[in-house]
Amino acid sequence: MNPAVLIGGFPPALLLVGGALLVPVLKGRAKQGLLLALPVLAFLTIFFTEAGSTWIFTVLGHQLTLFKIDALSRVFGYIFCIVTFLGMLFAVDIGDDLQYCSALAYGGGALGVTFAGDVFSLYIFWEVMAVASTFLILARRTDASQAAALRYILVHVVGGLCLLAGILLYVGRTGTTGFDYVGLAGVDSWLIFIGIAVNAAIPPLHPWLSDAYPEATVPGAVFLSAFTTKSAVYLMARMFPGTELLIWLGAVMTAIPIFYAVLENDIRRVLAYSLINQVGFMMCGIGIGTALAINGTVSHAFCHILYKALLFMAAGSVLHVTGRIRCTDLGGLYKTMPLTCLFCIVGAASISAFPLFSGFVSKSMIISAAAHDKLVVVWLILQFASAGVFHHAGIKVPYFMFFGHDSGLRAQEPPRTMLLAMGIAAFICVFLGVYPYPLYAILPYPVDYLPYTGAHVVGQLQLLMFGALAFCLLILSGYYPAEMRAINLDTDWFYRVFSVRFYDVVDGGLNRLNRFCEAIFVQRFTAGLARWSEHGAARLLILAMLPVWKILKLSDDQQAQLSSRITMLIRNNAVPIGISVAGAALLLSVLYVLHGPRIT
Amino acid sequence: MKKELTLFDNPRNVKRFLYMFYGCLVVLLCIDPFVHKHGEFAWEEAPQFFAAYGFVSCVLLIFVAKVLRRWVKRDEDYYTRDGDR
Repeated sequence: MNPAVLIGGFPPALLLVGGALLVPVLKGRAKQGLLLALPVLAFLTIFFTEAGSTWIFTVLGHQLTLFKIDALSRVFGYIFCIVTFLGMLFAVDIGDDLQYCSALAYGGGALGVTFAGDVFSLYIFWEVMAVASTFLILARRTDASQAAALRYILVHVVGGLCLLAGILLYVGRTGTTGFDYVGLAGVDSWLIFIGIAVNAAIPPLHPWLSDAYPEATVPGAVFLSAFTTKSAVYLMARMFPGTELLIWLGAVMTAIPIFYAVLENDIRRVLAYSLINQVGFMMCGIGIGTALAINGTVSHAFCHILYKALLFMAAGSVLHVTGRIRCTDLGGLYKTMPLTCLFCIVGAASISAFPLFSGFVSKSMIISAAAHDKLVVVWLILQFASAGVFHHAGIKVPYFMFFGHDSGLRAQEPPRTMLLAMGIAAFICVFLGVYPYPLYAILPYPVDYLPYTGAHVVGQLQLLMFGALAFCLLILSGYYPAEMRAINLDTDWFYRVFSVRFYDVVDGGLNRLNRFCEAIFVQRFTAGLARWSEHGAARLLILAMLPVWKILKLSDDQQAQLSSRITMLIRNNAVPIGISVAGAALLLSVLYVLHGPRIT
Repeated sequence: MKKELTLFDNPRNVKRFLYMFYGCLVVLLCIDPFVHKHGEFAWEEAPQFFAAYGFVSCVLLIFVAKVLRRWVKRDEDYYTRDGDR
C-alpha cells in the first residue's frame, strides 16, 4: 500500500517539520523511534509517489505548490532522507532535543526546497533551512559557537534577501510563480543566482561554511554538511544548467580550498574546505550542462553527501570521545579506535575517488564530461584538484587523527549507535563504488557510461598513488607544512575585521564631526541665542541707563537695585507698552532719516 | 584496559608498509603500457602521464600552500583578542 495515501498525501517536508514539533513531548524509546521513523516514512512517501504528482496548498487565495516531483528532485529527496536517517541514528544517544528539533526542521526545509513547485514555497523552505541550521551551531553552547552562529545567520539572511528580491523581480517579469530553467538573463536571475551561490559557498561567498561548520555540534556538522550546499546544487542544476560562468566558478572552487585544507589545523575545518572543493566539481558539472555532466553532478551530490557525512561522523566521534579536534592535539588513535579509523578511511577513500569507492563512479563522469567538451584548462584544474583532495581529505584527515605522532590519548570507541551509523554509511560508499547501477538507474538522464575501464582505473590510481608518494616524501623529508596552532585568514576577514575597522573609521570620522557640530551649533550658538533673547534687551537698557545713573550720582547699591528691577520687568514683559512704542517710533524715525529720500 | 593495537609502533612494520606502497607504485608504472587508452586529449595517452601529473600536482600544492601560509597565518586568538566580534 502506498504510504503517501496512508498519511494523506502529506508532503515529506511537512512530515519532518511537523515531526520536529512532537520531539519535545515524547520520551525515551518513543522519541528515538520517532526520530528514526520520520526519515524512513518520508523516504517511502517519495519512493511511492509517481513523477509529476503535485500537492497544492491554497492560502488567502494564493496557490502554493508545496510538492512537485520529477526525476531530478527525486534523487535529492532520496539522499536527503537517507542522510537524515543516518544523522539521527548517529545522534540518537546524544539526547539533546534542541538538536533533534532543529535537525528535523532543517531536513524538512531541504526536502521542501527540493520539491517546491513555485518560488514562494521555495523561499519559505529556504528560510526554514537557514533558521533551523543556525540552532545546530548554537546548540554547541560555547562562546565561539554563539559568535559563529551569529555570523552564519547574518550571511544567510543577506543571501536569502537577495534570493527574495530576485524572486519578486522574476515573478514581476514572467508573471508566473512556477519555475524551471531560469538562466542568467536579467537582474532578477542574477539576484537569484547570487542568493543560491551564497548557499552553495561559491568563492568569494564561501567563508561562512568553513567558519561555522567546525563550530557546530558533533551531529550538527553531519546534517550541515548535507543540506545547505546540496539543496543549492539542486537549485543550480534546475535553474542554471549550462551556464558557462559556473564552469569557471566551479573550477576555481575545486582548487582554492585545497590550499587552505592543507594548512588548516582543525580537522572539521579541513573537511569543511574539502566540502567546498567537492561542491566545486558539482558546479562545474552544472556549468557544462550536458546530460553526462548533469548525471555526474547529481550522482556526485548523492555520493558526496554520504561520504562527507561519514567523514564528519568519524571526526565528530573523535571530538565526542576525546574533546579535541585539532591535528596538533590528536594522533595515534587507531590503537584504541580501530573501527572509527576504518570507517574514516572508507570515507577518505571515497572522497578521494579511489576505484571501488563511491566517489570514483560519480566524479569521473564530471571529469569525462569536461573532456568531451574539450575544456582543456578546466580538465587540468579538475585533475589537479582530484589529486589535491586525496592529499588533504584522503591522507591528512585519517593520518593526523589516527596515525601520525602518538598524542598519548587512549580514547575508546564512540557509542554503538554512532558506530552503526558510520558502518551503514561506509557500507553504502563501498556498495555504490562496486555496484553503481542502482544509483545510475535513478539519475535524471539515461546513463551510458562505464566507470570501470582499464584506462580510467589505472589513470586514477596513478594520479592518487603518486600524489600519496609526494605526501610521503615530503613528510619524511620534513618539508611538509608542520601542524601549527594557528588560523588562516579567508575572505571572512572582510566582514570580521575590515568591516569592523571600517565602522571604527566611519565612527571616528563622521561621528566626531557630528559631535563637533553639536557642540558648536546646538550647545553654544542656540544657548547663546536663548540667553540673549532672555537678557539681551535688559542688558542693553542697563547699558544705556548707566551714564544717566552716573550723572545722577546714584550709589552702587541703588544702581544694582535698578538693574535687577529692569531685568525683572523685561523678563516678565511688564514694560509699559508706551516705552516699546516709543522705541519702535524712534527706530523708524532713524530709518526714515537714513533711507527716507530713497523710499519716495 | 582494552587491548591496544600496536601495529605501527614497530618501525619494521612501518618500513614494510612503505615497501608495500612503493611496490604498488612500481606495479602501476609497469602495467601502464599495457592498458588500452581512450582519452579525449592526446597527452592522456602519453606514457605515465597521470603518475607524473599526480606527483607534480601534489608537490605544487604543498609548495603554494607554504607560500600562502606566510600571507594568511595568524594566531589562534586573532579574531577574539579585542573581544569577540
